[in-house]
Amino acid sequence: MPADYVDWLRREGRIVIVGASLAGLRAAETLRAEGFAGELTLIGDEPYEPYDRPPLSKSVLLGKASPHRTELPHRREIDAKWRLGVAATGLDLSAKRVKLADGDEVEYDRLLIATGVRARPWLKADEGRLDGVCLLRTRDDAADLYQRLKAGPRRVFVIGAGFAGSEVASACRETGIPVTVAERAGAPLVGALGGVIGAVAADLQTENGVDLRTHVTVTSLEGDSVGRVRAVHLSDESVVEADVVVVSLGSVRNTDWLTGSGLGAGPRGIACDAGCRAFDFRGIVTDDVFVAGDVARSPHALFGYQFLSLEHWGNAVAQAETAAHNMICHGADRRPHLWMPAFWSSMFGVNIKSVGVPPMGDQLMITQGALAERRFVGVYGYQGRVIAAVSFDNARWLEFYARQIERGAPFPVEFPTMDRRPEGRQPVAADFPDPSLPTHGPTVTLTGYSPADQQLVFHPARH
Amino acid sequence: MTQAPLFQQITDFANRANPYPLYEELRKNPVLHEEEGGPYVLSSYWDIEALLHDPRISSDAANLAAAGDDELSGPEATGLPPSFIRLDPPEHDRLRRIANSSFGPPHRPRRIENMRGELGEIVTGLIDGFGDARQIDLVDQFAYPFPVTVICRLLGVPREDEPRFRAWVDPIVAGLDPDARTSAESQRTAQEARLQLGMYLNGLVDQRAREPRDDMLSDLVNSHGPDGAMTTMEVLSTAVLLLIAGHETTVNLITNGMLTLLRHPEFLERLRNDPGLSVKIVEELLRYEPPVQIVPQRTCIADIEVRGVTIPKGSRIWLMLAAGNRDPERFQDPERFDPDREDIQHLGFGSGIHSCFGAPLARLETQIALSELARRLENPRLVADPPPYRQNAVLRGPRHLEIAFDGVRQAV
Repeated sequence: MPADYVDWLRREGRIVIVGASLAGLRAAETLRAEGFAGELTLIGDEPYEPYDRPPLSKSVLLGKASPHRTELPHRREIDAKWRLGVAATGLDLSAKRVKLADGDEVEYDRLLIATGVRARPWLKADEGRLDGVCLLRTRDDAADLYQRLKAGPRRVFVIGAGFAGSEVASACRETGIPVTVAERAGAPLVGALGGVIGAVAADLQTENGVDLRTHVTVTSLEGDSVGRVRAVHLSDESVVEADVVVVSLGSVRNTDWLTGSGLGAGPRGIACDAGCRAFDFRGIVTDDVFVAGDVARSPHALFGYQFLSLEHWGNAVAQAETAAHNMICHGADRRPHLWMPAFWSSMFGVNIKSVGVPPMGDQLMITQGALAERRFVGVYGYQGRVIAAVSFDNARWLEFYARQIERGAPFPVEFPTMDRRPEGRQPVAADFPDPSLPTHGPTVTLTGYSPADQQLVFHPARH
Repeated sequence: MTQAPLFQQITDFANRANPYPLYEELRKNPVLHEEEGGPYVLSSYWDIEALLHDPRISSDAANLAAAGDDELSGPEATGLPPSFIRLDPPEHDRLRRIANSSFGPPHRPRRIENMRGELGEIVTGLIDGFGDARQIDLVDQFAYPFPVTVICRLLGVPREDEPRFRAWVDPIVAGLDPDARTSAESQRTAQEARLQLGMYLNGLVDQRAREPRDDMLSDLVNSHGPDGAMTTMEVLSTAVLLLIAGHETTVNLITNGMLTLLRHPEFLERLRNDPGLSVKIVEELLRYEPPVQIVPQRTCIADIEVRGVTIPKGSRIWLMLAAGNRDPERFQDPERFDPDREDIQHLGFGSGIHSCFGAPLARLETQIALSELARRLENPRLVADPPPYRQNAVLRGPRHLEIAFDGVRQAV
């Protein structure tokens, strides 16, 4: 009897969480808060208890916070068995077992996968191993990069002008380090926010002394005789000397360990239903495997039931709470994960925040403030409705726009707003790059309808 | 005889001691509009919270004047431009940013926290001053002088001038009460007082321009951040705002706080043993008995729909913060004072771009005030319940709060 099973599970079942970061921790706390009394195991490949990542690319690089002091506060006692410093390497769905790198196996009655993403490495492995070539995803990465910045490099080179790359550039400028940023697209942040907002970000960088190179790619990294990076070669045939290179090319979802498991897992994450239950590769929902956080991709009613994977801090928390709740309750009590996507960043003294899914938008209106002042709210429209909004130093208004998105409010935005300027009276093209020419990656991935999609297929330009 | 419309009962003094049954009545019709040309009265938590973030809702004194009932707010009438609380972006944002650069993060992140020791000393001195008395008026002997002393030091206004500026502050505060019957006259008096207070502050501002000190007036006069400097008139209206808002509301928060604790002695006793509980007590007070009960100075610049009701462009809007704070749609058991509740949220400081500028200071002042009163007063009790209230429905609080006690414990 399923009802008996849930009662038994709550009392003495075994729940395993793979991924000991934000989503894993919040899920564990929610399980206990909602009365799960059984055995709880958390598996993480890093040797650390869950820590917070947003400071790693901001205050840590500025020396304002120690990379070893960003532990996530615990909301409650979770009484879990921790398996830290050991990666999960495989999953046996029928035997309900997770295989670990140390050869051990852990059995579960219900499994939550929250393995997140890792930084995409430099495409040429030998160049990526040069001393001074850095990634920035983990606490160790941040500690290493901070030490290198503190040593006073002559120049830092950042490959990729997404949020993380731009934040690194910002930290360099704030500490007076010369920095060059290379971006394949025409401006920073274009993948996430489009070309109109990207142009504002570009001005922000150049005015703060960043040597910004757009429409270029890095062709090779050159090392010296002792294996230290010394120069970066670009597709426009220029060469930039640098002693630290930060590879900031977006992220790769940690699903490799699931290859062959039969789960609907691929480079875009693990497909799941709105209740966070994973799909298998046939598109059939499992009932004992759940997914949460950056690695999950789930259909969202507000965005045409597209499968969204969101690299958003708030999404990790909300999805973990929903997944944990659904793991230990009866079917009728389950709830959907319909979180309003929201993202923030700060760079060059500007607070940037978005709600909704900007890359879905094709048009943009500046409804408050002005681009030239770098204080504004921009609203994205998609097929006649409001789909997203972004603010520069204006975050307090976003709650309003989130409600407009929820209501499917019409676009163009017709009502007057305080501080509306002439430029915001007409929509303009939001100017996202053609998705068939990927940049290093937005923080939202739209993945079409097929849950078992195992390969990247870029949609052609809109319409 | 028919009863007065609900929105007029809000300003009726008869409801002052306990307006909450009236608020409950209001929430039955959360978008209340009773009279042609009258305000739209919003009383549910979620609606108020939404409108405080709605860019179609204006705080601009000029828009309010156009909506009627505020015809004296313009600069012509007073000679002082509106302070940022009565402005919309971008002007509001510019002035608030400049003011904030001498008050809070990122430029002065520890200014308030660094005052902790000083606040403790002022409180200790005031309580020591009760001497051998076995009964005090908490308002006159503690809840008023404490925040006045603090804001004077913070701004750099001589404390001994308090009797002078109090004569101007009282009519300004009275002018905030949206009582239709006295409105025009009290607003005229208020604007005159505001001008007088501005002229008084102008003397100090002149002096600080010549000899800057470590106070906010000096910072305001000499600000040269990315937003440039305030004009002298802007400095004056900002200083008037900070001086008034910096103490009038805190007086009520402290007084309401002590009144509430005396009505709930179990929390007073717990606070006596655990000053750390003051953090939660103050947050719950801001929900349960907020000093600012109503935001009556909003108007909409577009037609907006709330719960199926279209509020036409140009309408005046009253946001009933204190009613929203006890909205059962939002809070479990909202009529109960419970600092142990897990999710203490409130509209006590408003929300959105106009959310209380002085909130960090008001919180710290009240936490210290209440925990010290709890610790030092032996067996305190109310002499009269309810106490006599002030006229004002917006800034609501007791005019006097007589407290009897058996003695004063030594300061540590």
